[in-house]
Amino acid sequence: MGVLGSYRMRLARKRLRIRALRKSPELRRVSDRTDTIRPDEILLFSTMRNEKVRLPYFLDYYRSMGVTHFLIVDNDSTDGSADYLADQADVSVWRTRSSYRKSRYGVDWLNHLQSRYGHGHWCVVVDPDEFLLYPFCDTRPLQALTDWLDTCSIRAFSAMLLDMYPKGRLEDQRYLPGMDPMEIACWFDSGNYSITRNHLYGNLWIQGGPRSRVFFRDEPYRAPALNKIPLVKWDRRYAYVHSTHMLLPRGLNLVYDEWGGEKASGVLLHAKFIDTFADKASEEIERRQHYAESYEYRAYADNLGRDTQLWCKWSEKYINWRQLEILGLMSKGNWA
Amino acid sequence: MSVGIVMLVHTALGRAEEVVRHWSASGCPVVIHVDRSVPRKTYQKFVRALDDLPDVEFSKRFRCEWGTWGIVAATQAASERMLAQYPQVRHVYLASGSCLPLRPVQELINYLDARPQTDFIESATTADVPWTVGGLDAERFTLRFPFSWKKNRYLFDRYVAWQRFFRMKRKIPGGLVPHMGSQWWCLTRQTLSAILQDPAREEYDRYFRRVWIPDESYFQTMARQYSVNIESRSLTLSKFDYQGKPHIFYDDHLQLLRRSDCFVARKIWPRAQRLYDAFLTDEAGAMSRQEPNPGKIDRIFAKAVERRMRGRAGLYMQSRFPREDWENGVTAAPFSMFQGFAELFDNFEPWLARATDARVHGHLFAPDGVHFADGQNAINGALSDSAVLRDYNANFFLTNLIWNTRGQRQCFQFGPADNQVINWRVAKDPNAQISVISGAWSIPLFRSNADFRDLRKRAAELQKIESDHLDVLRSTWTKARVRIWTMAEFIEAPMEPLQTILDEIGTGTPQRLKEMPRMVSLRGFGQFLQNLKNQGMHPYLMGDFPVEQDVVQHRPEKPPRPYLVR
Repeated sequence: MGVLGSYRMRLARKRLRIRALRKSPELRRVSDRTDTIRPDEILLFSTMRNEKVRLPYFLDYYRSMGVTHFLIVDNDSTDGSADYLADQADVSVWRTRSSYRKSRYGVDWLNHLQSRYGHGHWCVVVDPDEFLLYPFCDTRPLQALTDWLDTCSIRAFSAMLLDMYPKGRLEDQRYLPGMDPMEIACWFDSGNYSITRNHLYGNLWIQGGPRSRVFFRDEPYRAPALNKIPLVKWDRRYAYVHSTHMLLPRGLNLVYDEWGGEKASGVLLHAKFIDTFADKASEEIERRQHYAESYEYRAYADNLGRDTQLWCKWSEKYINWRQLEILGLMSKGNWA
Repeated sequence: MSVGIVMLVHTALGRAEEVVRHWSASGCPVVIHVDRSVPRKTYQKFVRALDDLPDVEFSKRFRCEWGTWGIVAATQAASERMLAQYPQVRHVYLASGSCLPLRPVQELINYLDARPQTDFIESATTADVPWTVGGLDAERFTLRFPFSWKKNRYLFDRYVAWQRFFRMKRKIPGGLVPHMGSQWWCLTRQTLSAILQDPAREEYDRYFRRVWIPDESYFQTMARQYSVNIESRSLTLSKFDYQGKPHIFYDDHLQLLRRSDCFVARKIWPRAQRLYDAFLTDEAGAMSRQEPNPGKIDRIFAKAVERRMRGRAGLYMQSRFPREDWENGVTAAPFSMFQGFAELFDNFEPWLARATDARVHGHLFAPDGVHFADGQNAINGALSDSAVLRDYNANFFLTNLIWNTRGQRQCFQFGPADNQVINWRVAKDPNAQISVISGAWSIPLFRSNADFRDLRKRAAELQKIESDHLDVLRSTWTKARVRIWTMAEFIEAPMEPLQTILDEIGTGTPQRLKEMPRMVSLRGFGQFLQNLKNQGMHPYLMGDFPVEQDVVQHRPEKPPRPYLVR
């Protein structure tokens, strides 16, 4: 990419930042505890809607990992999520009734909050059904990782989305607040992912897993992207482009090695497929607020009606991060 | 006689304080150098915190930036102070604030007392060690480095290039032979004072001021001038990654560190509470050591570097996506691709499965779907049999399959009717064993019950595709083990090639073929080829088949199962 291309990317990045600023009035403060944020703390940003049942476990999971402040955009929940969040001492909440789709699936809102509060911090950006795993996460806090990334001058850490699913029908086991969703959805596909490089942004584009295998088996190009970069040492000049799949400036997307070596990477366990999913799918099809006209949700709904199982004989049962490392889904890189 | 500790500190002063107290409790005097970039307030707090200890001193502060002279200046100043203030000190141990003593200090004292004349300093000539990162080894000593590598990388690189271009070289002061090694040493008073009191020290210092990373070469070089007895190793356990940065130890390394035989480890993560608790205890607590096994630490960190540099062969994932030809192994394990065998032999797949331990698939790349072994609809890794999913990224289908099933050899059938996208990837893979009977695709046509016009068209297509594939296999870039026979050649003596292929696959114990696969009847095949020719389509890939005299004419219509006697 020449000078002109680089300049175009710069303009694109500026556009994203202006857009984020333009969307910022849509956010109404519910509880703002950002003044308690101290330098060097790890922050978590998230957008959510009607996820109250997931929140207790979600917050505890990241608290015990070492996240000290949560900045959350509540997109017009009706289940009392906002109140629940506002009661937590380490959570700041913004509320909005505006369109999720028009804020590019929440990216604009979070870009704004991050540029405002995330500058100079390591920031985790995840959905409430995504659970970060990194090498040695059972023995070392997240700060050990971010300190190490700092000493290596690495600014972004990749964690691929790994779809988890239960054995049997989704509705068979009920998820209750505070439960570990991976107790129900503990199966995953270990080796059917395909990767291509996005030459414009320099990121990898990963597809595959159970969603490709079951929902998109006739149109695999429509299958959702699984590459994610959820942990970034944020700078106010940065911007996420699509969800957390890629960022600008493009250097942040180079989370992979091109000469045969392995860089350190993690996994985002995606506990989407539990009993709350069917309701969600029907609601989201109505709202048409999701990517590609909720195409994903429609594909799910069509299939789920037919009692489709995501589980198959070759599914792997989740044990721990070391298992995922051996299977080649994540890597310790040179962190030992 | 005792050991004096010179400690360089720049961050995590709280931890440094704990370690100072530990050294001091065992009677070791400590001289501390605190980096100038530490704010004055923080520094003063640190000094006050250590007020109560008798033999702790602070030396003149220098700004220590990685790779520059400051660290050496700081070490010199602190060492001078140590030698002047504590005449009883015989050995001076250089440590940092993030070092952690692994063994009771008394053990170190005893150890050094038993070796009163020995200098422990890793010191090797640049010509003999390939340690350095970034291609600067001998040039560290012959070029000038006035620009900061950390802050002014551009100027740093430009100035190096400039000096190389004009072949500028510095003169190394008389008598010095550049040596390099770990920054962390333990020198005797005799050697250290000789270095610091050298009449030519000013000249040497001026020279080393512009050497790249002088803290790894100043004392290492100078010690060679004066030491009576150098033991070229560091008493500090310090592992470096591929960029020359020290590996960091965490709580979960506790058992490893207990089994190290080094006295001091570096570098410790400041929040590794368990490590500090475990090692900064009194002697009784620290004595619960286990059998030393330092090799294990070496292995773990060597493996980490290896993983970062070369990675796992045949793995493609989010943080390892090698460019073409930089894969360090296109696939994870050896596999075999057979072209034309399943067409020529009726029962080739079950026969091959019996003759080897391999898993034998059908046509994995067939247009109607993936023919996995035993008719499975998916395989390890939940790799689906859908042709659409496979063709969406056929190369990944192959590399995934081989990665998922590593540990068991995979064999599969291939042919010109299959998806040809993978041809280059397979041809360039040293793990691939490719065996081709060219022209065998015509046998299913010959045996089919289709209109001759369609057959002719199909034959022309397949011949074109196979011919292109053979060009790939015969190209100079091919790294696979390729064997190609024409069909005529092969049926002349089928046993020998089969034996060779099986030997290469390896069944554990080399054995002679007991049983041959059953070849299809080729009666009338020559005529079939002639008919194609008569229609203007010249089949040439199968070799020469005479029209009149069929090769299998003398065989009975249904040949008995052939057994070989040898």
